[in-house]
Formats: sequence, C-alpha cells, structure tokens
Amino acid sequence: MTNSVSNSATDAKDSSPPLSRFLARFLKQKAAPSGSYYGEPGAGDSRLIAIVTVACIIGLWTFVTEAGLIKPLFLPSPLDVIARIGDLFQDGFSGATLTQHMAASFGRIFGSFFLACITGIPLGIAIGCSRVVRGIFDPIIEFYRPLPPLAYLPLVIIWMGIDESSKIMLIYLAMLSPIVISTRAGVGAVRIEQIQVAYSMGANSWQVVSQIITRGALPDILTGMRIAIGFGWTTLVAAEMVAAERGIGFMVLNASEFLVTDVVIAGILIIGVIAFGFDMLMRYLETKFVPWKGKN
Amino acid sequence: MNRLQIHDVSVVYPAAQGGAPVTALSDVKLTINQGDLVVALGASGCGKTTLLNLIAGFISPTDGYLTLGDSNIPGYPRVSLGRDIGDEVTGPGADRGVVFQKHALLPWLNVIENTEFGLKLQGVDKEKRRARAAEFLKLVGLEDFHNHKTYQLSGGMQQRVGIARALTNDPQMLLLDEPLGALDALTRESLQELLLDVWNETNKMMFFITHSVDEALLLATRLIVMSPRPGRITHEFELDFNRQFLQCRDARKVKANPEFIAMKEKVLEIIHGDEEATEND
Repeated sequence: MTNSVSNSATDAKDSSPPLSRFLARFLKQKAAPSGSYYGEPGAGDSRLIAIVTVACIIGLWTFVTEAGLIKPLFLPSPLDVIARIGDLFQDGFSGATLTQHMAASFGRIFGSFFLACITGIPLGIAIGCSRVVRGIFDPIIEFYRPLPPLAYLPLVIIWMGIDESSKIMLIYLAMLSPIVISTRAGVGAVRIEQIQVAYSMGANSWQVVSQIITRGALPDILTGMRIAIGFGWTTLVAAEMVAAERGIGFMVLNASEFLVTDVVIAGILIIGVIAFGFDMLMRYLETKFVPWKGKN
Repeated sequence: MNRLQIHDVSVVYPAAQGGAPVTALSDVKLTINQGDLVVALGASGCGKTTLLNLIAGFISPTDGYLTLGDSNIPGYPRVSLGRDIGDEVTGPGADRGVVFQKHALLPWLNVIENTEFGLKLQGVDKEKRRARAAEFLKLVGLEDFHNHKTYQLSGGMQQRVGIARALTNDPQMLLLDEPLGALDALTRESLQELLLDVWNETNKMMFFITHSVDEALLLATRLIVMSPRPGRITHEFELDFNRQFLQCRDARKVKANPEFIAMKEKVLEIIHGDEEATEND
C-alpha cells in the first residue's frame, strides 16, 4: 500500500512532457559566473562565439561553391572573389580601378559627412536651445526624416542636375537628420544643475551654450555621427545609381547588369569592411572623447 | 555690511492641467546678514527649495522682490527699491554660489579644472586661477586629487569639489540645497565640520537646506522652520550650537547638551504637527 502511494507521487512529479523538462533546464537561471551579477541579462563574453560563427559561414560558403553545389553565377567561391579583388586593384572594372572607385565614393561620403557635421551639430544645438529655431526647423526635419532617400532622389536630380552635387546632396540629407536629432537629444540630456551652477559662477548664455551644453551633448553628438555614417553608406548606392562613372556603388550596380557576380560580392564586402572599420573608429573616439559616458 | 533681503515674496506656480495654481511661497520676509548661517527646515513641499531657487535667481517671484548688497558703505552702487536699498536680484550671478545635493560637476574636466571653472568664465588668467583653486582644494582636503576625473571620486569627495568650486569663485553668499543629503553618516559629519570651518573663516552668508534636524541645529546661527500649503516661514530661532561646536570640536558632546535635546524636541514637534495637518487635508 505505502509502496503504491509513493510510486504515484513520483509519477506525478515526472508526468510533465520530456520536451518541457528539456526546455526548463535551459531556462533555469544558472549561478552567475564571477565578474558578473546574478540576473544580469546576456552576461559573459560573446567574441569567441562571433568568430566561430563567421568562420562557419565562410567555411560553408567555400564548401558549397568549391564542391560545385551552386553555380558561380549565383554565388562565386570566396577564393574567386578574393582573386577578383586583386584584379580590381590592378585592371579595374568598368573604366576605373578599385582604388579610383573607392576614392570617388570616399569623397562623396566624407564630403557629405563633413557638411552634415558642420551644419547639423550647430543646428541641433540651436533647436535644443531656442524655442524659435525649434519651431522653424522641427516640422521640416520631422517631415523629411522618415522619407527614404530614393523617394526624393528624382527631385534632387531635377533641382541639382546629374553631376557630383546631387550625389553629395542626397547623402548629406540622409546624414543630416540623425546628426540634428541626436545633437538635440544630447542638449536635452544636459543636467539642469550643471547649467544653473555655471550661471551661478558668472557664465553668460554664450558660455553656457559653448562650454556646458555643447560639451555635455558630446556623447549624443558622437552617436549621431556614427549613425549618420551608417546612413551614408546605405544611401551611397542610391546616389551612384544615376549618371555615375566611378564609385563602389556604381561598380556593384554595373557588375550586376552584366551578371559579374564576383564583382558584386567583392563590392559588398568592401563596403561592409570599410563601414565596420569606420564604426570601430567612431567607438574608439567615443571612449577617447567621452570616457565619462554612462558613468555619471 | 552685506545682506540679502527678501521683501514680502510670493511664488505661485501656474496651474498644471486640470489643477489649481500652487502657492509655493506666501509672503516670505527674511533678512540674511553678513556672517549668518541660515538653515531652512520643514516638511516636504514647504517651499525650501523654491526659496533657495529664488535667492539664486533661478526663478522670479510672482510678488515682492529680493535685494542683495551693502547698504552702509557710501558710494556703493545701489538701487533704491521702496524703503530698502540694495541691488535687486533678477537672475543668477557670481555673487551667489550654489551647491546642489547631486554635485553637478562637469565630467569632461578634472578636479582642478572644475574648481577653477568659475574664474575661467570670468577670464582670470590661468596661473592666478590655478593658485586660487589649489588653495580651496587644500581647504577641503583634496590637494592630492587635482588631476583626478570627477567621476572616479566618491560621493563625499565630489561634494567637496563642489564646495571648493563654489568658494573659489568668492561669492558673497553660499546657497546649499541639501548638499550632504546623499552622503553616508560619517562623511556627512566630517563635511558638516568642514562647512562650519569654512563659514567661520570666511564669514560668508550661507543659506542651507536640510531634512535633518540634528544637522540644522548643529550648523545654524538662525534656524527657520517652514510649513507647507502655502509655503511660509512659521518659526525662527537664534542658535549658538555651532559656536559651542567650534569651541569644543566635539559634535556628540554638543548634541548631548540638554538645551540641544530640548530644542530638537521643539522643532520636531512643529514639523510633525505640519505633516499631520498635511495628511489630514
């Protein structure tokens, strides 16, 4: 009798389906590894996992292409792509070497970036500090910000023609709004006590704007610049769709028309690597110029 | 003699959506003379911070006016305002230094750059302002921390920098809004001593807000107790516990003094009475 009772109790305990028991083991919070807190979401280093993932993707890519499972027209082997990049530096593609293509795109991106910074940062600060400026520019920026650059590309071309200026204008517009909006958010994040203390030490309004607000907004300004460069690369291909003779975006588009898939992939990889490198640079600048970010 | 005068000041905050206008301060009269250390105490919502913001010039009175200045030295620039003489307070200025509860230091500057910031704003040359800043950092015990980042300091040290920064600017008056409220008990006591020493040496006017009755009694030469709804000054006491402390340098002994205990009971009774009245509303 006693036996059967205890048996039924164990049965009840194990009666949940095996799958949910299996899942429960993963969902259970484990003890925190040293150096992190219990309950901290996503604790631990993920770099090794990231490297393994990238290696697996490249390995799989090499395998399916070298084994002939996919035709080179659809996906060329990574070895072919690397060889093609070497060729592109020497012989070029559609009338210019890779260096010349890159120089053309760099000129557009960084020219626009420079213009967007020297106009967007002061504008964002002015919007944050002045009721009048905010009233004037808020509706304009909020209206055009969500528009995809491709939507206003035709208009930019009608207004500015098909030469360099329309390309720079298009990339500039894509970069301007994140810089303005982040700068403005940064102005709003400056602590009122810091501003009041400055006034109580005899600062005038100009000194408060230049020495407290601009410095205090710097973390957000740098974030805005980082986002803007990302938008710039996104818009580059659109800008080089019309009447370009050089540029990485133009090279990729041109290659796709002639079904030269390895050049398409080479172009994509080059844009990806450059954009990633620049993002790293911006993060480095953040740790260098705003080491206090998140510590105050 | 320097003095700050508050003449029948009222502050009414405009109505929030769906609410009535709030009278934060009603008919406040107060004179702070050179060498006064005035401590404001009261239940929350009694307008202590509003009063400090008024003196600092961060808000303007709805009614009445404030004057700051010397009314005795002939030839001193003055404005005549009704029956009193002085400069009307119309905004913040370097003559009134402020220390907040949260230090409000500038994280992109190191300790000495923060301390000299006010003098830099006024265009004092670097050598001079460095020397003055170093002098006051020494006074607050931070002479070895000139090049530290402010966000690497403890809360007590950050507040010391805040005090040194306000003093370096040599204001006529120091306004302190619960400057020690966020600190642990030991740090708090040592900074109370520091503030008393600073006050004793510089003879500056000070206006100090606190929630701690002990702190108020120990520091104040004049204690004002405020009541909410509408915010006003209901009681004012002249105290000399800070003189007793400066003589014996023993805060516990002063706080064990029967006079101190009796005074504390009296003040607590007033404040608790206010809080009950507020709850019964």
